[in-house]
Amino acid sequence: MKKISLTKLDEFFAAVAASQNLYLPVDGAKGAEYSLWTEGTVMSKAYNTLRSAKDFFFPQVETLAAFKVNGKNIEVEDVRKETEDFVVFGVRACDAKSFEILDSVYLADPVDSYYASRREHGVIMTLSCKKPTETCFCKAFGIDAANPGGDVSCWMTDSELLLQATTEKGEALLASLSILEEADDNAADSEKEKLQTILDKLPLGNLSTESFGGDKLMALFNSDKWEALSESCLACGTCTFVCPTCQCYDIRDYDTGHGVQRFRCWDSCMYSDFTLCAHGNTRNTQMQRFRQRFMHKLVYYPANNNGVFGCVGCGRCLRSCPISMNIVKVMKALEG
Amino acid sequence: MRPETLIPKIGVVTDIRVDTPDVKTFRVVGLDGKKVFEHIPGQCAMLSVPGVGEGMFSITSSPTNEAFMEFSIKKCGCLTSWLHMMDVGQQITIRGPYGNGFPVESALKGKDLLFIAGGIGLAPLRSVINYVRDKKENYGSVHIIYGSRSADDLVDYQEILNEWQTDENVKVDLTIDRPQEGWDGHVGFIPSFVEELKPDLSRTVLICGPPIMIKFTLDGLKKMGFQESQVYTTMELRMKCAIGKCGRCNIGNKYVCKDGPVFRFDELSTLPNEY
Repeated sequence: MKKISLTKLDEFFAAVAASQNLYLPVDGAKGAEYSLWTEGTVMSKAYNTLRSAKDFFFPQVETLAAFKVNGKNIEVEDVRKETEDFVVFGVRACDAKSFEILDSVYLADPVDSYYASRREHGVIMTLSCKKPTETCFCKAFGIDAANPGGDVSCWMTDSELLLQATTEKGEALLASLSILEEADDNAADSEKEKLQTILDKLPLGNLSTESFGGDKLMALFNSDKWEALSESCLACGTCTFVCPTCQCYDIRDYDTGHGVQRFRCWDSCMYSDFTLCAHGNTRNTQMQRFRQRFMHKLVYYPANNNGVFGCVGCGRCLRSCPISMNIVKVMKALEG
Repeated sequence: MRPETLIPKIGVVTDIRVDTPDVKTFRVVGLDGKKVFEHIPGQCAMLSVPGVGEGMFSITSSPTNEAFMEFSIKKCGCLTSWLHMMDVGQQITIRGPYGNGFPVESALKGKDLLFIAGGIGLAPLRSVINYVRDKKENYGSVHIIYGSRSADDLVDYQEILNEWQTDENVKVDLTIDRPQEGWDGHVGFIPSFVEELKPDLSRTVLICGPPIMIKFTLDGLKKMGFQESQVYTTMELRMKCAIGKCGRCNIGNKYVCKDGPVFRFDELSTLPNEY
């Protein structure tokens, strides 16, 4: 384990940013968001960012290919560029886990090269939570906020930042930072204990996932609770937008006037045109679309991924939904 | 850079056949004049016109056709309307093959086969039919029941008359929905026609057509004594990526684009009815 005094935090960030872009949570008008670190940037102390960290690997919009159309002829242009190395600092345990869920989709054969390139070049430095809040329930999905994962796990005591590499990429990064000092391997223990006592008291700490999983597919699909649960859903898609594990996308073409750009953007199964075909729609009602989103996270995804759930308990949807409907309410209603 | 399936290749349309008032069959090769890729019957390809859109279409030609691929496409949306306006020589983009295809080299081998198709539903089955005809030593007899709204809406009609009906290993029964001048064949809907024909219960069934036709035909087959495990179908849902990532064609824990589009009915019956 390595350490650095908090008084030298800016020097540490400068050292990381010397050879690559460094992103970390910074307070904005409405809350914390990941921003590029430059000299003088102050890291946010918020419990988490408003938006998830998925943008780093799965950006909201990106160009997949470009076309030149000339009469009957078409030219395809590969617009991909190798991603430059970057570091994201301050990722919480829930968001770090979400990358594994995105990996299981995008790195499955055939590999999504756009995503894979960013994953290869990005180093995740997680930061153990200081003050998880009442909307946090990562524990329900087996996530240990005290051991946040990523390529480098970090803990902040009152005086020091402690850093533990957990992957080769993480080792290489820490080894390149001569500013760091050696620390005791159990230096973070008291910090972990402090966090544990907070986690144990969280109101959603004991949320149960026992009623969910791939083996309960048809029983949960046919539950009579979906109608009432989905009744006031506005289909705004905010839950999808802030969700670190929502990874569905749309592909569309944009004619720039001097060529066609084929781009990919985030999409939501909550939208009515998500499954709309020329011949009709396979999910006609908002109830069906609402059900799809939760069934995917709680049943379909675990069915294909050895029981791992497609939710990390970050609580963003609890805070963002305009009608205050969310996955916790859905889980409690379905199990009861 | 690693290979990326989302970046398509160029296909050239070398022939356009007008099948029906709203179905055309397009012959496609690569820029080098050869097939763009190999496929197995029942697999699909993503075709696109840049600036208009991209869509999944079943490859209607048999893999035994070594010269080109064909796509029978019904005009019903934005992209398909554009495709129908194309002239020979037009380039499009193509990527694939996608999906599982029919188990022609395993479960279907050595079997007597029954094909039931409605309208444009013949397109994905034509690939299997011609594959089986070209490799007849590997399969039993073939019975084809095909119906459409009218005689003018029968896709591949010339091929049916000149090649399938003259093949001694193949029996073809045609029907149209309503009586029509000049038509002396059977008139009536496919589900009841199938029940009238009393097909051999030992046959493995491949069925494709409008959802309502499939539903009633399957009910009839089960009533006759066919098992769900001997009936295959192929599905069509909205798709964007065709590789099980974009999430659109997700039904239960399956993705139609990669786990399908071919499913056996006993598999389908364990999934939500969202297709």
